[in-house]
Amino acid sequence: MKVMKKFILACGLLALPALAHAQEANPATVPATVDAKAAPVVAQATAAAEPAATAKVDAAAKPAASTDGSLPGYTPMKPTEGVGMPTAKGIDFQDQYSDLGVRAKQMNNNLLLPIIVAISLFVLALLFWVIVRFRRSANPTPSKTTHNTTIEVLWTLVPVIILLVIAYPSLTLLAAQFKPAPKEAVTIKATGNQWNWTYTYPDHGIDFTSNMLKEKDDPTRAKDDRPRTDNDGPEKLAVDQRMVVPAGVPLRIQTTASDVIHAFAVPSLWFKLDAVPGRLNEKQLIINKPGVYFGQCSELCGALHGFMPITVEALPPEKFAAWVAAKGGKMPGSATPAAPAAAAPVTNDKAAAPAAAPTK
Amino acid sequence: MSTIAATANEFQAHGDDHAHDADHKPAFFARWFMSTNHKDIGTLYLIFAICAGIIGGGISGMMRWELAEPGIQHLTAWASWHNGLVGGGEATLNEAYHMWNVLITAHGLIMVFFMVMPAIIGGFGNWFVPIMIGAPDMAFPRMNNISFWLTVVAFIMLLGSSFVPGGSGYGAGTGWTVYAPLSTSGSVGPAVDMAIFSLHLAGAASILGAINFITTIFNMRAPGMTIHKMPLFVWSVLVTAFLLLLALPVLAAAITMLLVDRNFGGAFFDAAAGGDPVLYQHLFWFFGHPEVYIMILPGFGIVSQIVSTFSRKPVFGYLGMAYAMVAIGVVGFVVWAHHMFTTGLSVDMKMYFTAATMVIAVPTGIKIFSWIATMWGGSVSFKTPMVWAMGFIFMFTVGGVTGVVLANGGLDDNLHDTYYVVAHFHYVLSLGAVFSLFAGFYYWFGKMSGRHLNEFLGHLHFWLFFIGVNVLFFPMHFLGNQGMPRRIPDYNAAFAYWNQIASYGYVIMGVGVLVFFANVFWSLLAGRKAEGNYWGEGATTLEWTLSSPPPFHQFETLPVVK
Repeated sequence: MKVMKKFILACGLLALPALAHAQEANPATVPATVDAKAAPVVAQATAAAEPAATAKVDAAAKPAASTDGSLPGYTPMKPTEGVGMPTAKGIDFQDQYSDLGVRAKQMNNNLLLPIIVAISLFVLALLFWVIVRFRRSANPTPSKTTHNTTIEVLWTLVPVIILLVIAYPSLTLLAAQFKPAPKEAVTIKATGNQWNWTYTYPDHGIDFTSNMLKEKDDPTRAKDDRPRTDNDGPEKLAVDQRMVVPAGVPLRIQTTASDVIHAFAVPSLWFKLDAVPGRLNEKQLIINKPGVYFGQCSELCGALHGFMPITVEALPPEKFAAWVAAKGGKMPGSATPAAPAAAAPVTNDKAAAPAAAPTK
Repeated sequence: MSTIAATANEFQAHGDDHAHDADHKPAFFARWFMSTNHKDIGTLYLIFAICAGIIGGGISGMMRWELAEPGIQHLTAWASWHNGLVGGGEATLNEAYHMWNVLITAHGLIMVFFMVMPAIIGGFGNWFVPIMIGAPDMAFPRMNNISFWLTVVAFIMLLGSSFVPGGSGYGAGTGWTVYAPLSTSGSVGPAVDMAIFSLHLAGAASILGAINFITTIFNMRAPGMTIHKMPLFVWSVLVTAFLLLLALPVLAAAITMLLVDRNFGGAFFDAAAGGDPVLYQHLFWFFGHPEVYIMILPGFGIVSQIVSTFSRKPVFGYLGMAYAMVAIGVVGFVVWAHHMFTTGLSVDMKMYFTAATMVIAVPTGIKIFSWIATMWGGSVSFKTPMVWAMGFIFMFTVGGVTGVVLANGGLDDNLHDTYYVVAHFHYVLSLGAVFSLFAGFYYWFGKMSGRHLNEFLGHLHFWLFFIGVNVLFFPMHFLGNQGMPRRIPDYNAAFAYWNQIASYGYVIMGVGVLVFFANVFWSLLAGRKAEGNYWGEGATTLEWTLSSPPPFHQFETLPVVK
């Protein structure tokens, strides 16, 4: 455990001072190519919401006694019914709010789904034809045919062609999904713990742990834990502190874990990445629209696996800056305080520590 | 003697030559507990698999009951009851949730290692591989016996693990995949060790069985029974045996490494000490993916026999069918990481595993179309086994095409570890492998027991089961699309509707299974006596040249195959 803590700590340390360094600190093999048409620089938005003091991170961990999770200068966005969450009786994928999600969903619904339905119905039709035409009463004398080279070649080649048709968009989609985040992307590290998520914003000096909100009448709810309201989101998906991100700009989502393997998943963003202890996985995510998007841990991680949801709140960049300020963080690019390097160890040590996995 | 097999009498033991028991049958204890007879061991395997199936299926019933509506309804009571068995008290909420993980783990392990594999390889394989190749028994009859009893001990080990501490509660709650570090530092207590030992024993049993089958098939074929004349069921068991032989040692190594990490300060999968948790997944799935073909290939073989029999036609494209299975077996070894698309694989890895996985659709397609072509032009009768085989073909197609969807690494980013995956693998296993098991059971039960099953009850069982499992598993595609993760005991209310439907499906299926048992008991008590070749003209493999049930020792004079 110790080594891992140091490792995570080191990442945090390196990542903190500036965005550029964050890229280098990332042990995942992501080429640091700078995207020419780089996203709007988030830093610009900061001026408006200059936080009062240096990055005093710890204050963010315990939200004040507010009953709705709001902070001075930030009120959690009310989720829209049917957006970023499952819908009752729904049969299709959730509506997608990232370009790659839209593309992947289209690929499934416009290409794969028709093909697989057609193949299934074709096989079913053949079986029905056999039942009708070749039943013993209709065809008392069986043929003795056991070979037909033409048809055998055909039913080998046609599936090959179908697969090639699928393979092209499939592989290009994969390539697109692996496009590394540009240098100025906003880095958020999600650390899975048994059984909650810690979100670290190394460039903003923010770090907090996010727990599922329990119901008002839940007897297991601690007295000082606020109960879930509809403003927070649906039951078992809402959390006390959301992972707030800017919409429309590239995000560099990193995942790791402090104890066992978890998976950071948000279905409406077509995003799922395992959080593996000792590894730092990374993927780019761009959320198109401000909104609240819900997800759940998607790798069996012990008793409360079903109860460590993920809530992502995407805000317009200026509102994001306001949230950063409310959390006591600082937008990178604004006059960098001297302190954060010193503040970081505290933060990140906390990030790795919770729920203390059994030690070796 | 080099005459051609013509009548049953020719292969009977020479009962009238001897003064003692005609079949040389040992007494009860020696016969069933020290058995070296492939048919008796096959029967033992089938009985064992049915018992395990009742337990594993019962567990899935508990899970569907709990999932029928949102909220925790029964888990706490079950966990408290379970605690009571080992002298504990009222269950805490964490213990109740742990109980859930124990249920999913037990369901998976039991169905894979103690239901499907023993039934399809140990049961039907033991019974019919020697007969179909014209051999008197397996090559290593005593090893055969060890294989069976190791499996029994393994099962007892697994059941026993649920009564010892396993972390948050009693029993191993790691999932059947036993991923580290949840299975190492994440599960304190002996339960996971016991589960691992159980897998070791079951694995050892399967390796011994695989050696036995390979040796038997390579060395004990009757004169004239060349490799390219073997019935497809024998082919399927041969390919399966090779998969077992190559895959199971890797599992054994992986879980031994788990043991070392757990008990002897090892750090194979401990990142903090320089190990890698993802390494475990690579090892596990290097076994795990061939394992799914281990479960389904013998089913392919059974379906081939049945389709041919009831169409009164030889199998269409026999060589293509045989080598399609070989191809599936070979390619099955190089696609494992499609189970790990979200672990942080590089883009090249994901592209390779996407492409390689899709390739498997080709030989699978060849098999589906060849079965249909076998029926095409045939004179098809729809006896119970044939109905199950046709159900298999369609359901396996449905499960197969969703596999093509999941093969796409880019789509799997959303579908991985959701109910879509659960739906997919239950279509290929619960509706694939299990349909082939029932098909085989209805096909051969008369041969094994000497009594006919009831056709009407067989059809009733089929339709109840067919409708039940589809109502049960089809809505899971929707749940997965909507993002419901696997392995959770409680869910958001938006998932309630399809979960409830699925639970109704379970009930329908359960009624079907009751009909099955009624049929079996009725048949054993009062079933019509089965003649040697009760399926008539289309049944051309060697088992149909014997009486039903076959003599205790068949083929004392080897048959000669033209």
